[in-house]
Amino acid sequence: MPELRNFTLNFGPQHPAAHGVLRMVLELDGEVVMRADPHIGLLHRATEKLAENKTWIQSLPYMDRLDYVSMMCNEHAYCLAIEKLLQIEVPIRAQYIRVMFDEITRILNHLLWVGCHGLDVGAMTMVLYAFREREDLVDAYEAVSGARMHAAYYRPGGVYRDLPDRLPQYQESKWKSAAQIKPFNEARSGTLLDFLDDFVNRFPKLLDEYETLLTDNRIWKQRLVDVGIVSPERALQRGFSGPMLRGSGIAWDLRKKQPYEVYDRLDFDIPVGVTGDSYDRYLVRMEEMRQSNRILRQCVDWLQKHPGPVMSADHKVAPPDREAMKSNMEELIHHFKLCTEGIHVPAGEAYSAVEHPKGEFGIYLISDGANKPYRLKIRAPGYVHLSAMDEMVRGHMLADVVTIIGSQDVVFGEIDR
Amino acid sequence: MSATLEALSHNLNKHLGDRVKSLKVALGEVTIEVDATDYLSAMQTLHDEPELGFEELIDLCGVDYSTCAEPPLTGRRFAAVSHLLSIARNWRLRVRCFAPDDDFPSLPSITGVWNSVNWFEREAFDLFGIVFPGHDDLRRILTDYGFVGHPFRKDFPISGYVEMRYDPEQQRVIYQPVTIEPREITPRIVREATYGDV
Repeated sequence: MPELRNFTLNFGPQHPAAHGVLRMVLELDGEVVMRADPHIGLLHRATEKLAENKTWIQSLPYMDRLDYVSMMCNEHAYCLAIEKLLQIEVPIRAQYIRVMFDEITRILNHLLWVGCHGLDVGAMTMVLYAFREREDLVDAYEAVSGARMHAAYYRPGGVYRDLPDRLPQYQESKWKSAAQIKPFNEARSGTLLDFLDDFVNRFPKLLDEYETLLTDNRIWKQRLVDVGIVSPERALQRGFSGPMLRGSGIAWDLRKKQPYEVYDRLDFDIPVGVTGDSYDRYLVRMEEMRQSNRILRQCVDWLQKHPGPVMSADHKVAPPDREAMKSNMEELIHHFKLCTEGIHVPAGEAYSAVEHPKGEFGIYLISDGANKPYRLKIRAPGYVHLSAMDEMVRGHMLADVVTIIGSQDVVFGEIDR
Repeated sequence: MSATLEALSHNLNKHLGDRVKSLKVALGEVTIEVDATDYLSAMQTLHDEPELGFEELIDLCGVDYSTCAEPPLTGRRFAAVSHLLSIARNWRLRVRCFAPDDDFPSLPSITGVWNSVNWFEREAFDLFGIVFPGHDDLRRILTDYGFVGHPFRKDFPISGYVEMRYDPEQQRVIYQPVTIEPREITPRIVREATYGDV
């Protein structure tokens, strides 16, 4: 009888279902995975080391490039940590704007996730629907920051500028006549808040559409149900957070339990899974989008009624406005110092975490009083989730590995840092 | 100090006793320092004791204190800093443990207490060269295969030592010494305490 040996398979780093540059060495017995060894670091850019050599403000755009599908949430954790060290207050309107964009980001992230997860598992249409709605939300990003992805919109002390009164419009071209363009521009004729108001009214119905496609779909359920089950005890032991932890039945959400900004004033629920399999995590994320939409509606209502400053008035931290800078010696000095030397953060250490779409995203800062951080540590949720990959895929079939990568929602920008 | 932090500090003193070398409360966060000899047992207590209840290890990172303007009192260079979270009690804790030897930093591995620390310890080993005896798979994780050195140490230059390029003559990828020069646009400045006083 011939000797039977396990088969070792290299999955990635160039594989469409590897979500970026994941290289996984899989040890297979037939089609059953015996061991998985993820090799990461192919996208390692040493963000933390670079940040030690840049001023506090200069490393803010690096945060966008960590988890490049939920940009503003990364910035949020970074700004919160600096604000904690500086012990400054953020104007209430800026807090609402941040919460609003955090939730926009959550929807953006989950839409991309459901689209790609669908593609991995064989549901081709999902990604087309998801990107249709993502388009509106990245337009909102573009309207406030000028960039559709890497916004650099949050700043220590508030946000870069107030919400715009106008949105860019679609223009007539030789392919589309004025009459054809008109319906596209209808929602865009008012302010950004009007545009978002229109979005929150449309979105629940669109979510229903997605659910019709997937939730009761027989193939979808065959691929997801009972795949990658994580018990609540194991989820804690493996340091899970966010939808991964909630999928396993633990009602833990930083927005509720350790509220930051204005989350304690807003009304929303935390969805929780039962069995802790991939299907539960899918349901949790779908429901999170509905809850985000609820938060979004409350923020839009509040922001429409309450104008005010969006940046701290402390000019040791936030630059003064142009007019004051041009007419006032004091402000000119502040501006010069901020733009050359940057802010000085008092010595100390701080950890602040936000409920990122993928889990708990934390920034640990050590400052020794200089104009640059002494040490910055980024706690990426995906890093922890991926480290549990071996445990989750053991005993599953090769095709389930793809499902589990998808349901972990990994993005390599944050894992490799 | 809020009631929660007070209760946490009280419970820490009660259950860890003199294993706590220092306890500091700042910016709404509690930080304790433990000796390397007590590290493993203190972490075990933090995990097992229901009155502390730290079910989750959120993060562990290495720190190199060699060029810090405010050096730590212990005078040691490397430390591992962990962030713990209790879901049942909804509080957080930071634990710092200095490695006793600067030339060969080593701390016991706590993978047996929290499995989630596995990759964090690999990362601290990779980037800072802190060794964790008891870790069963202490390989490099973020840097390249065959990388030499520990890049996050303060004496490692930001541009590194080698760069990689494709050599058309040998028709393969080669490593060569770096050709870029590091430049610093904004210097690092720590202001004296009286700066700006009239």
